[in-house]
Amino acid sequence: MTQNIARRTGQSRYSWGGDEHLVVQFAEAMSLEVNFTAMAVSKILSEDRIPGIVDICPANASLLIRFDPDVVPPAELEATVRAAEEKVAGSPSRSVETRIFEVPVWYDDPFTNETGARFRDRHQRPEGNDLEFAAVENDLDSVQAFIDAHSGSPWITSMVGFVAGLPFLFQMVPQERQLELPKYLRPRTDTPALTVGHGGCFACIYSVRGAGGYQMFGVTPVPIFDPEQRLADFSEFMIFFRPGDIVKFRAVDQAEYEAIRAEVEAGTYRYRQRPVTFDLDRFLADPDGYNTELLEALYAS
Amino acid sequence: MPVEILEPGLASSIQDRGRPGYYNVGIPPSGAADLRAAAAANLLVGNPLDAAVIESPYMGPVLRFDEPTVVAVTGADMPVMLNGEPAPQWESFAVAAGDQLTFGFLRAGARIYIAVAGGFDVPVVLGSRSTYALGGFGGFQGRNLKKGDVVPVGRPSGGVPGQVVPETLRPVYSRDVELRVVLGLYDYRLTDAGRSCLLESEWTLTPVADRTGFRYSGPVLEWEERVQPFGAGSDPSNIVDAGYPVGSIQVPGGVEPIILHRDAVSGGGYAMVASVISADLNLVAQCSPGTRTRFVAVTLDEALRARADSADRELKLRQALGAAT
Repeated sequence: MTQNIARRTGQSRYSWGGDEHLVVQFAEAMSLEVNFTAMAVSKILSEDRIPGIVDICPANASLLIRFDPDVVPPAELEATVRAAEEKVAGSPSRSVETRIFEVPVWYDDPFTNETGARFRDRHQRPEGNDLEFAAVENDLDSVQAFIDAHSGSPWITSMVGFVAGLPFLFQMVPQERQLELPKYLRPRTDTPALTVGHGGCFACIYSVRGAGGYQMFGVTPVPIFDPEQRLADFSEFMIFFRPGDIVKFRAVDQAEYEAIRAEVEAGTYRYRQRPVTFDLDRFLADPDGYNTELLEALYAS
Repeated sequence: MPVEILEPGLASSIQDRGRPGYYNVGIPPSGAADLRAAAAANLLVGNPLDAAVIESPYMGPVLRFDEPTVVAVTGADMPVMLNGEPAPQWESFAVAAGDQLTFGFLRAGARIYIAVAGGFDVPVVLGSRSTYALGGFGGFQGRNLKKGDVVPVGRPSGGVPGQVVPETLRPVYSRDVELRVVLGLYDYRLTDAGRSCLLESEWTLTPVADRTGFRYSGPVLEWEERVQPFGAGSDPSNIVDAGYPVGSIQVPGGVEPIILHRDAVSGGGYAMVASVISADLNLVAQCSPGTRTRFVAVTLDEALRARADSADRELKLRQALGAAT
């Protein structure tokens, strides 16, 4: 039975999820470097179009591969993935082609506030709302200071999943400045669709209405999941977010929220987005300077 | 030729063999929870294996047919009636225009499959007709069936009454089940006692058992003490959110293991400690609440042999029903 128990080689842990899944844990802790590895290995495997690989799912600090063992034997698959991992480790430059786009957020909105009030018995702090809790927990002196921190620097999509199209977002600032919050003590049975949430070190946007345990800060007027593919940005696929996407939140007021909703209803809304190359080493050398460059690329006319 | 849903049952949905390839953005494979029973139903009515069928857990629907056709019911042991007269399971039979198909109480298993010659002809979304209700797409209007729905049926490519699945190829459902699992993933987070407890205990399926996951009650599993890594959350059963294999077993808080099934959530922050092998996922689908369950550890090689045996049974079924192989 020992051959099923996770084997360790270097930093990574390869393990089988039954006869159809391989899970590679690159590290136990979250970091931008390890997420970059997961994305880069996924990209190599996607480009190589290996017969028998059914799904390649990069996650925050790991990688899940679903495969057909009748087409690619497990040992062969493992060797292929290890080779991709070594290629990434040995690569002199660490960069990926991706895009940056803006997500408007109506913070402190009535929808999430109402939902938060309804489930207050499941929250650590009975008084106030989730934003006030978030400010206190992160030693910020006001809700506005928290919103400024949340919307001031970009976030990278470290994983898409849980349900269709839901992005997990990791803030692109040094770890000591990352916003961190516990989840609700017990999960809610309801969360408005398009809620901007936060749990642990991750932000998320709820793609569909439903259960959830993340703190709730606001709602975005723009769809991220559109099964009917009404908007131009969804013409190729019903899901907008992809792993590696870089996101800038922008605070909007009720009037702008409603104006954007009207554009969405009319089918005319387009995301502000630009293609960018994300260079991990340049980011790590000077996060704030690099973020400024990214935002200049996004807002250049 | 449509079929009218006079009563929907509990959570009946249209399913085919699933929607692979989109798990990386959170869209699960879906498809019939018991693929083998769905395949048998399709073969009985002369359909290709990937035709869409109705899956009904615990309770059958009431259907009315507008035109004569051929129908088969497989899966859970549940009396079938055509206009109130007994009709067979695991055997195709003819229905006439205006006929009503009804069902009695569940006797064993959990899910029945109803195939009609030609297959249910709902739109193909991302390569599949399967319902993904959480995402609101696929199947009939992206949801489970409701009273009054009129579900279109495709043009039959054959299908004759009196086709029978031989007894030897029919499953026997029990309230005592052994599920073969491959240990691994994050099982190093459990103590030795925790791992032994997982394999040596009897687990009971709770009423929380649907296409997303099957939750079991039993003892509390013990985790290794540690300082949690950055981003993982505070509970010892928490990990930095990761992808969840279909069939993987997670144990939030160390209590009530959950087996994720074909409408799985694709990822999250709970440690997975083992995975049910692909050959046994059909069996999971036929477990109803209260089923006593043991997890039996097998090696990856054993899982692959079980997979081959399962494929062999499907081949035998195709041969028995005269399908092209």
